[in-house]
Amino acid sequence: MSKKQIKLEARDINAYYGDFHALKGINVAMEEKTVTAFIGPSGCGKSTFLRIFNRMNDYIDGFKTEGEILLDGENIYAKNVLVDELRKRVGMVFQKPNPFPKSIYENVVYGLKIQGMSNKAALAEAAEKALHQAALWNEVKDNLNKSALALSGGQQQRLCIARALAISPSVLLMDEPASALDPISTAKIEELIHQLKEQYTIVIVTHNMQQAGRVSDTTAFFYMGELVEHAKTKTIFTNPKDKRTEDYITGRFG
Amino acid sequence: MTNSTRNRIKDKAFQVFGIFCMLIGLVFLAALLINILSEGLARIDWDFLTSLPSRRASRSGILTAWAGTLWILVLTSLIAFPLGISAGVYLEEYTKKTKMASFLEINIANLAGVPSIIYGLLGLEIFVRQMGMGSSLLAGAMTLSLLVLPIVIVTTRESLKAVPQTVRQGSFALGATKWQTTWLQVLPAAFGGILTGVIMSLSRAVGEAAPLVVVGALAYVPFVPSSPNDEFTVLPIQIFNWTSRPQAEFLVNAAAAIIMLLLITFLLNGIAVYLRNKQQKKIKW
Ligand SMILES: Nc1ncnc2c1ncn2[C@@H]1O[C@H](COP(=O)(O)OP(=O)(O)OP(=O)(O)O)[C@@H](O)[C@H]1O
Ligand SMILES: [Mg+2]
Repeated sequence: MSKKQIKLEARDINAYYGDFHALKGINVAMEEKTVTAFIGPSGCGKSTFLRIFNRMNDYIDGFKTEGEILLDGENIYAKNVLVDELRKRVGMVFQKPNPFPKSIYENVVYGLKIQGMSNKAALAEAAEKALHQAALWNEVKDNLNKSALALSGGQQQRLCIARALAISPSVLLMDEPASALDPISTAKIEELIHQLKEQYTIVIVTHNMQQAGRVSDTTAFFYMGELVEHAKTKTIFTNPKDKRTEDYITGRFG
Repeated sequence: MTNSTRNRIKDKAFQVFGIFCMLIGLVFLAALLINILSEGLARIDWDFLTSLPSRRASRSGILTAWAGTLWILVLTSLIAFPLGISAGVYLEEYTKKTKMASFLEINIANLAGVPSIIYGLLGLEIFVRQMGMGSSLLAGAMTLSLLVLPIVIVTTRESLKAVPQTVRQGSFALGATKWQTTWLQVLPAAFGGILTGVIMSLSRAVGEAAPLVVVGALAYVPFVPSSPNDEFTVLPIQIFNWTSRPQAEFLVNAAAAIIMLLLITFLLNGIAVYLRNKQQKKIKW
């Protein structure tokens, strides 16, 4: 692999929902400005692992994490870390679109407003830029004050992407961002991921093998809470080391 | 008879029974309304609304009573809403779901069912006597605040619960703090529901006489209260007072005052329903 800096690193991550051992001893490193795809059968822990990186699991009763996540070399689970500051650096797009019950514009600028930005012109400019990036601008530019809940599912998801991009995080976590989208919007999102790679480190969960093949540099295969294999995407798809990986990508289970 | 025909008969029977029950309620309500309207409507005029109470029924008005009711409404809102909404937000958004929390939850719901006269006794002891407020508007409003507080807390919590968890997650994921999430996303989304609840609670408070009588609200107040420390009367007490007089003319006055009280209650409920519909149109999850 190239000599890029390590952006995100998981060290001996174990996670539990109560007694259920959801993630088992995971070690993985992701270089900056790359796209990593998480694949694996339903329920194997992809979403759980993704949420580890911005500590969204903190809100689940009975959830417990062991191990370290290093973001730029610093452990985000250290005692003195402020989670809200962490999340300004690590953005997230959820599996189901979850726009706020406000206008399209308010959705996009929310992240900036809570950081104290109040200049109207600057906010409007940032909103336009983010909506362009998320390939939504042309569809909504004439009714930015319309309720976000009135958008279609695919549009809502792109709005959520725009919302996450507006605060310029350095890492973007995406949990099946295209599962609710039609092929055209999906293509737009994939195109977007290609462009975002210039600035962002991206982790994307996907059930779509072709998508993983198209957008990612490396792919991690999870199975029953374990990280089975993490390698260059091409390697995973053409020459997997583990029998389970091979079975999965050739569609023998999952 | 087959099983399914028997079930159908049961179904029909229950429908008929249901309609019957509903009619009983409606008939009584209609009878009450017609009775009151026919008796009191003619009595309502500008003089009636703007006159002080008097020993003579024909010169007597409800100025002090509705002014007192208005004072009580405003003061109770000012006291009970911030307290109740804050408590509801705290319980719903900030406390962990522990045994203690569910114990509190059950008991707050129970408090909503405590007879209002008990709150009156509490108010008499604490506000009127211990805190030395006397039988003032403030003491009355604080007593009614105690009465509506459980309702405000419960409806606030219900409205907050109705806001999907995904909204909070979306906000947190953008780096918002708990405070920002609560103030900028959750409360605005729950606003319609909370407002409906608090207005409903006010329409309960506006009809209460018993706790205020205990607190010492007077039946005869010959002046319009001008500060929260003044003594006062309210519409329900005025009505109660008039209905217990032997002269028929006072009964007419009472009927007219009841119409005004009903008007206020309907107005409040109307506002609540309007706000709820408006909110439902705006936010469809
Ligand atoms: N809140 C929770 N409480 C308890 N168990 C949970 C919770 N969320 C997930 N799990 C369990 O943890 C395991 C991993 O779930 P996770 O959502 O991470 O899977 P996933 O790989 O994202 O699946 P999918 O592809 O279907 O989204 C599953 O067995 C699931 O049942
Ligand atoms: Mg998932």
